[in-house]
Amino acid sequence: MLDVITNQNFLYNVFGGFTHLTWQAIVMIIIGGILLYLGVAKDYEPLLLVPIGFGCILANLPLTELIHVPRELFVFHDGVREILSSTGLLPLQEGVRLVDQGILDVLYDAGIGNELFPCLLFIGIGAMTDFGPLLQNPRILLLGGAGQFGIFLTLMLALVLGYDKMEAICIAIIGACDGPTSIYITSKFNPSLLGPISVAAYSYMSLVPIIQPPIMRLCTTKKEREMSMSYDVLKPVTQTTKTLFPVVVTIITLLIAPVGAPLMGTLMLGNFLRESKVTGKLVKSAENEIASITTLFLGLTVGSTMNGDVFLTVKTLGILALGFIAICGDTAFGVFGAKIMNIFSRVKINPLIGAAGISAFPMAARVVHKVGCEANPQTYLLMHAMGVNTGGQIGSVLAASVMIAIITTLQIMQLIPM
Amino acid sequence: MSVAVNAPMAGKLLSVDVKVGDKVKKNDPVATLEAMKMEIKVFAPSDGTVASINAEADTNVDPTTVIVTLD
Repeated sequence: MLDVITNQNFLYNVFGGFTHLTWQAIVMIIIGGILLYLGVAKDYEPLLLVPIGFGCILANLPLTELIHVPRELFVFHDGVREILSSTGLLPLQEGVRLVDQGILDVLYDAGIGNELFPCLLFIGIGAMTDFGPLLQNPRILLLGGAGQFGIFLTLMLALVLGYDKMEAICIAIIGACDGPTSIYITSKFNPSLLGPISVAAYSYMSLVPIIQPPIMRLCTTKKEREMSMSYDVLKPVTQTTKTLFPVVVTIITLLIAPVGAPLMGTLMLGNFLRESKVTGKLVKSAENEIASITTLFLGLTVGSTMNGDVFLTVKTLGILALGFIAICGDTAFGVFGAKIMNIFSRVKINPLIGAAGISAFPMAARVVHKVGCEANPQTYLLMHAMGVNTGGQIGSVLAASVMIAIITTLQIMQLIPM
Repeated sequence: MSVAVNAPMAGKLLSVDVKVGDKVKKNDPVATLEAMKMEIKVFAPSDGTVASINAEADTNVDPTTVIVTLD
């Protein structure tokens, strides 16, 4: 009996968890706990923050070997790199460890490394989105574009602050206020930042009702906020237009930015399923089962990339600060975009609806309606804001696609590293 | 002069929150709509007395639907 207890393997197996617990791991477990608290007790995006928080706790408990982060320091048994290294074709770098895959490694490779999960989620988002309000008043699509300027402002700021080009792009895309797009771009160009960026994107998305109203009030006068908008000017949209819209948008946008195909293609596929009215079962699955399963796996895996060594850096604090600026910038640019539109347009719009030009759907539109209603109860902005909001959704995917296209071109021209 | 209070946008009428004969002031809530999974209060456009209720709860309404009429 004594032999068993004094055996080092026994001690390692029973107490290893305690002896290997680092301060970084403890801090990360607390952060995971805070995310769980925000999701469960405060109802902030619980569907996302709960799996992310739990994933963070799981991954930071020592010796669990569920996932290996940062991934470039590990090679997996039966992986292609192992085979290449055994044949001498690919020498393993110094410091790289050969390990067995954990279950979260499998999920990471299945859906994050190859960007599959965000795209599956986009089918669901497309199936849930009604582009009707946008089609009734197509000029407000421009406001969906104006709302994306925060992305470019943050890109400049991040570059000035000394982040490298790839990091700056991934940080800036938080400004789209769109979780799946942020995850897609980051896993494509800088997977090591996946943890901080997705946490920033999802946290700010859930804080839209708190972050946006003060900025909206700051950028408008009371008179502007009180302005009511009629629904008489909106012409009803035929079902044929709604059905053709996703097909036409897919073809046009992908001819402009082919590399955006995974994002735009899946978003519009989902919307076509909805509007074609003949694939009810598929729409239901896309909206419910596929979206729920993907959200669970996506959240869990993203949370598990929040390794203390990678997450607890000054860089992460910078990312959180810049993400905040990005969303404030989007809101302000959207409002001013609407004001500029009023200078040139005969039919005036309430500038508040410009603030809905981000991708947080339908939250941003609801926030606009509430702020408008506070200023003047006779102002019913919801449907107008919904149009801008769907415009913002297309805008953020388009902005991401254009960004991917530019970066890929620069990489091919070897102006920036692959 | 009677004032018709129309639904401000397309949606489902959840409830009419006044009765015939009720006195309302401008910006008092008179009905509740649901649109885009959000509850929206419909406010009286002017002071008056509710003369008639013209729409039923749980029905779909649009800007052409009169919900209540004020005198």
